[in-house]
Amino acid sequence: MSNPIEPRERTVSVRLMELVVAGMFMAAALLVMTDNWRIGARWADDGPQAGYFPFYVGLIMLIASSVTFVANLMVKEGRPSNFVARSELTRVLQVLVPAAVFVIAIGYLGIYVSAALFIAAFMAWLGRYPAHRIAPVAILVPLALFFMFEVWFLVPLPKGPLESWLGY
Amino acid sequence: MEALSSLIHGFAVLSDPMNILYMFIGIFLGVLIGVLPGLGGANGVAILLPLTFSMSPTSAIIMLSSIYWGALFGGAITSVLFNIPGEPWSVATTFDGYPLAQKGRAGAALTTAFTGSFLGAFVATLLLTFLAPLIAKFALQFGPAEFFAVYLLTFCSFVGMGKESPFKVISSMMLGFALAAVGLDTVTGQLRMTFGTVELLRGFDFLVAVIGLFGVGEILLTMEEGLAFKGKTAKINPKVVLETWAELPRYWVTAVRGAMVGCWMGITPGGATPASFMSYGLAKRFSRNGARFGTGEVEGVLAPETAAHAAGTSALLPMLTLGIPGSPTAAVLLGGLLIWGLQPGPLLFVEQRDFVWGLIASIYMGNIAGLIVVLTTVPLFAAILRIPFSIIAPVIIVICAVGAYTVHNALLDISIMLIFGVLGYVFKKLHYPLAPLVLALVLGDMAESSFRQAMLVSQGSLTIFWSNPLVGSIVTLALVMLSWPVISLFLQKLRSPRKPDAPVVAG
Repeated sequence: MSNPIEPRERTVSVRLMELVVAGMFMAAALLVMTDNWRIGARWADDGPQAGYFPFYVGLIMLIASSVTFVANLMVKEGRPSNFVARSELTRVLQVLVPAAVFVIAIGYLGIYVSAALFIAAFMAWLGRYPAHRIAPVAILVPLALFFMFEVWFLVPLPKGPLESWLGY
Repeated sequence: MEALSSLIHGFAVLSDPMNILYMFIGIFLGVLIGVLPGLGGANGVAILLPLTFSMSPTSAIIMLSSIYWGALFGGAITSVLFNIPGEPWSVATTFDGYPLAQKGRAGAALTTAFTGSFLGAFVATLLLTFLAPLIAKFALQFGPAEFFAVYLLTFCSFVGMGKESPFKVISSMMLGFALAAVGLDTVTGQLRMTFGTVELLRGFDFLVAVIGLFGVGEILLTMEEGLAFKGKTAKINPKVVLETWAELPRYWVTAVRGAMVGCWMGITPGGATPASFMSYGLAKRFSRNGARFGTGEVEGVLAPETAAHAAGTSALLPMLTLGIPGSPTAAVLLGGLLIWGLQPGPLLFVEQRDFVWGLIASIYMGNIAGLIVVLTTVPLFAAILRIPFSIIAPVIIVICAVGAYTVHNALLDISIMLIFGVLGYVFKKLHYPLAPLVLALVLGDMAESSFRQAMLVSQGSLTIFWSNPLVGSIVTLALVMLSWPVISLFLQKLRSPRKPDAPVVAG
C-alpha cells in the first residue's frame, strides 16, 4: 500500500470507505432499534418483550460502529490510500454486473437457460474464447446440473419457458 | 473405557458400504471444493446440504463432514503449487510450501502438508473421542443461564482473540444477531423487522449468507487480483512420499505443538486460520531452523497444516456436545443437524448414539481415506486448477446460485446471496471479520431464547449469571475475554513503559 498511487487508478480512499461502512452500520443499528422499540423492548409482566434482545443488539452495534466511525474521522489523512484500484474495480464489476443480470434472468428464463447464457457470455467477453470452445461448457454444465437435481436428487430448480415446452 | 466400546459401535455403523461410498464421494468433492477458488469448506457444505435431505442423517453427516476433511486437505494443494491459498487456513502454508515447490520439492511439500493434516486431525479426533462424552455428560446439567454463559464466552472470545479491531468484530457480530432476529419471534409470535413484507417473514437463512459471503465474495476478491494461475508441476510418487516420511519424525515437537495449538483454537472459536498462523509463528521462534523459515523448510509446512487440521476437527467438539460450533463450517454442519431434526447438544450423546459415534468413527476413516485420495490424485487436481478463471468463475457463480435457491426454494434468496457477496467483498477489504457474523446468525435464535429463559427464571435480574460457581466463572471468563484488548494494552504498557505505542498491525 505504501507505493504511490497512479492518479488514473485512484478511486476512493480507504478512510472514506471506512466512514461509509461504519455509517451504514450505524444506520442499520438505528433501524433495528426503532423497529424493536416499536414492538416493545421493555420488560412486561410475563418477561422480556419481543423486541428486548434485538433492541440491545442494535444499541451495541450503534456504539461499536460509532467508535469505528469517530476513530476514522480522527485519523489524519497521512499516506494517500486507495480502497480499490480502478483497474481492479473494473475486473470486479466485470463479474458482478453479469452475475446480477444472471440472477434477474433466472426469474424469467429459469436457471438452466440463464446459466448457459451467463457462462457463454462470460467466456466470450472475458476469456475471448471461440464458439466451439464455449459451446461444450455452456451446454454441458447446465445439463449436468439438470440431471443431478431434477432427475437424480429430485430437487426442483426454477424453470422457464424452454423447460415447460420440453414438458418439465 | 466406555468411549472405546462406543467407538467400536460407531465403526459398526460405518461398515455399511453405502456410508463408505458416501465418505469417498465426500472426500473427493471436498478436495475439489478446497482447490477451487470461491468454493470453500463452509459454502461448499452449505451448497451440498440440500442434496442430503433425502438421506439418513448418519449417511448425510458422514458425507458432509468428509467434504469438510477433503476441503481441509485440498487447500494445501493450491498453496504449494500455485502460491494461492485455496482456503484462508492454508495462507501460512504458502510461506514455505511455495518456496519448496520452486526448488523442485513440491512433492515433499505436499506430502508433508497432507501428513501434517492427518496427524493434526488424528490428535483432535482422539481428543473428541475421549473428551466429548465427558463434556456432554457434564453439560446435561446445564440450565438456560449456563447455556447463555457458554454462548457469551464464544462470542466474547472472538473479541478477545481476533486480530481485527474489537469494534469491527462487535459490529459484525451484532449484524449477525440482528439478521437472525428478523422474522417471526418464536416466543411471542410477534413479527420483528419485517417492515410489512412477506418475503422477510422467513428471516435470513445463514446458509444463503454463507454462500454469498464466502463464495461470491471470494470470487470478487480473486477477480480483483486478476489471477492467472501459473503453477509448479507436482511430481509425487511413492519414493518422494517415503523419503519425506523418513524426514518427518525429526520435527515431532513441531507437529505436537501444532496439534495442541490447533485443538485449543478449534475448541475455543479461534478457528483454523489463526491456529495455522500461531503454529507457524511458534515453530519459527522455537525451531533450530527458525531463521531459514520462509525459504522452503519442510518444518514450515508441517506446523501450519497440523494446526489447521487439528483446529478444523476439534471445532466439532463444542458443536456436538454443546451445540456451539467452533468454526463457520461447523456452524453449517450444525444447521444440517437442525434440518435433519436432530437437536445438537448434550442429549445427542444419549438419544442419537448411532449418529454421534458413526460420525466420530467416520472422522478416523475419513482422514485415512483423505490421505490416500490426496496423495494419489494431486496431478488431477493440479490440472483442474489450470482451467482458466474465465471458465471457472461463471460456473462457480451458477453453483452458488443453485445452492442459495435450494435452501428454501426461494428466488429472492439468490439476490440476497449476491448482496451478501458484495458485503463479503467490502468487509474483507476493510478487515471486518466474517466468522462472528455467520456464527451470530446461526446461534442468534438459540442465544436469545436461552437468555430470555434465564431472565424468566430470575425475573429479570442479571444476578442469575453469578448464581452458582459454574455459571459465574464462565461469565467472568467471558467478560475477561471481552475486555482482553484493553487488558493486553495495559499489560504492554506495564512491561515497556517508555516505548511508544506499537504500530497496530492491520489484520
